Amino acid sequence: MSCDSGIFLFSFNCGITMNEYTPRVLITEDAKTIIDQLKNSNDNDLMFHQSGGCCDGSSPMCFEKGDFIVGASDVWMGKVYGCDFFMNEDQFDYWKHTQLTLDIVQGRGSSFSIEIPLGIRFMIRSRLFTSEELLRLNPIMTGEEYLEQ
Amino acid sequence: MSTQTLSQNKPVERPEVKEKYDHFIGGKWVAPTTGEYFDNISPIDGKPFTKAARGNKEDVELALDAAHEAFKTWSKTSPAERSKLLNKIADVIEDNLEMLARIETVDNGKALRETRGADLPLVIDHFRYFAGVIRADESTISEHDENTVSIALHEPLGVVAQIIPWNFPLLMATWKIAPALAAGCCTIVKPAEQTPTSIMVMMELIGDILPPGVLNVITGFGPEAGKPLASSKRVAKVSFTGETTTGRLIMQYASENLVPVTMELGGKSPNIFMKSVGDADDDYFDKAVEGAVLFAFNQGEVCTCPSRILVHEDIYDVFMEKVIERTKAIKMGHPLAEDTMMGAQSSNDQLEKIMSYMDIGKKEGAQILCGGDKAGLNSGLETGYYVQPTIFKGHNKMRVFQEEIFGPVTSVTTFKTTEEAIEIANDTMYGLGAGLWSRDAHELYQVPRAIKAGRVWVNCYHAYPAHAPFGGYKKSGFGRENHLMMLDHYRQTKNMLISYDKNKLGFF
Repeated sequence: MSCDSGIFLFSFNCGITMNEYTPRVLITEDAKTIIDQLKNSNDNDLMFHQSGGCCDGSSPMCFEKGDFIVGASDVWMGKVYGCDFFMNEDQFDYWKHTQLTLDIVQGRGSSFSIEIPLGIRFMIRSRLFTSEELLRLNPIMTGEEYLEQ
Repeated sequence: MSTQTLSQNKPVERPEVKEKYDHFIGGKWVAPTTGEYFDNISPIDGKPFTKAARGNKEDVELALDAAHEAFKTWSKTSPAERSKLLNKIADVIEDNLEMLARIETVDNGKALRETRGADLPLVIDHFRYFAGVIRADESTISEHDENTVSIALHEPLGVVAQIIPWNFPLLMATWKIAPALAAGCCTIVKPAEQTPTSIMVMMELIGDILPPGVLNVITGFGPEAGKPLASSKRVAKVSFTGETTTGRLIMQYASENLVPVTMELGGKSPNIFMKSVGDADDDYFDKAVEGAVLFAFNQGEVCTCPSRILVHEDIYDVFMEKVIERTKAIKMGHPLAEDTMMGAQSSNDQLEKIMSYMDIGKKEGAQILCGGDKAGLNSGLETGYYVQPTIFKGHNKMRVFQEEIFGPVTSVTTFKTTEEAIEIANDTMYGLGAGLWSRDAHELYQVPRAIKAGRVWVNCYHAYPAHAPFGGYKKSGFGRENHLMMLDHYRQTKNMLISYDKNKLGFF
């Protein structure tokens, strides 16, 4: 585990216990229901990778764990409802001062995200961390650390 | 959100559509193997207007069978013949421009003046462009010594997979189909889930021009139809326009199959207005104002949307006053009405995503200069997906300055020096498009060279003529569409190294 040292964050006391950390990604009850539904029809655990860019970008993509190969340039932001949540480090640089909430919305996205046939799309809502929260953010892992784990 | 009463021209009639559309495989309309179809919702009113086949792996395999069979002869068709057929496709589309423009508007939600004036004319010209360049295309030959000749001959890659986005459904399909066919490849095209119909209506018109199996179109959901297509061992190349995570996933599949890919993955394009723009209140100044307001073109659903306005601080007040005034004058309304300037966002989830960025923009302290909400149109459009053109003011580290919102939203910031403008312009993950506006002859060359983007519009924006290469730097992808150089992304080189020497080497 590494302490984030980005411009928006300050080095924090690594003695803080996990349940005192502020999570980087939250989830709504509606999104949990969809994850449960997807887990029932898939054999493997699920994972999320936050996309960027064109068309259906800036949306979280849901895959069976391992279907999307995580690389050293990704950042593990924590687990959300049992699913690992990742973002590319370049994008994380611009997002890390905000808390994300995984939600759903009616609609038909494209991409290979596995909830799409349900007529539902995962989406992200965001808010700024407070200055207090920034001092005790959930530690991230670099892609390399995650892969070594 | 207040409801806006519409006062505008009566919408033109919607073209008739079938109740449902099958796949187009091997020159025939083929029902999905599961027998299942899904609703296609028009963004105009949020209501289903037809159904599309819900394709899966089995359907993909059928299309691959047809394409591989067709490739045996299509790959040997003369350039003259391929050119003739591409020209014929262009002629048929031109003869049906009005109907196709209308169906594109119903499918995607964009205003009719855009589908009539941009999407379809560009489709037609693009087919003609590749019909032309393939006739003038040449392989190379070199004499290595008096008895040794090397011939570098182009050969088509084979059967390719092409995954199309929803923002310009027919045009983006054409950007991929035309060079692939010109190069001698056969293709399987997968349109986006949000816009699966206009291409099928186009196939009804052009389907019998080409030999069966040369051009196949399969509809369906990404995980069910797109994934088996992109990951198939039977495709020789994948061309994709979309976002970064799916782009990586497709490259992951391509790495397993050791096949090439081309990717266009979006951007966060800076549109830079230098101090000299404000030197006079003339036609040029007026053009520059319009250049800034082009963020609302296609409801902002363009990979190169000029979604960051960088303006010199000395001209900020005079320039932005005009930009805001012009933005407020954008007439929203029924996309099929001829006087509508900006139509609907493509889907409900797209609308909600745009609204989530309005929210984070406000939370980060960006100031709303105009817009900032859903558009709330009435007259039957209450259930459609309409967003006000919006301008934020803030700084480049804010998320609204860094993420592709893919809506009619731009963010403005100021700079003091040319160096600062370049630094802000390049402070992004992406490098697809950029704009540079200046009356200074030196800046017109030096600033675009310093911007890390594949396309820099200089004193213009949002022009996409064939024969101007288009593609990304950085995380915006690679490959250059819209230009003859795309032919080489659908071909490989056969080198024949020939000896005309009758004498042996003398080694053995």
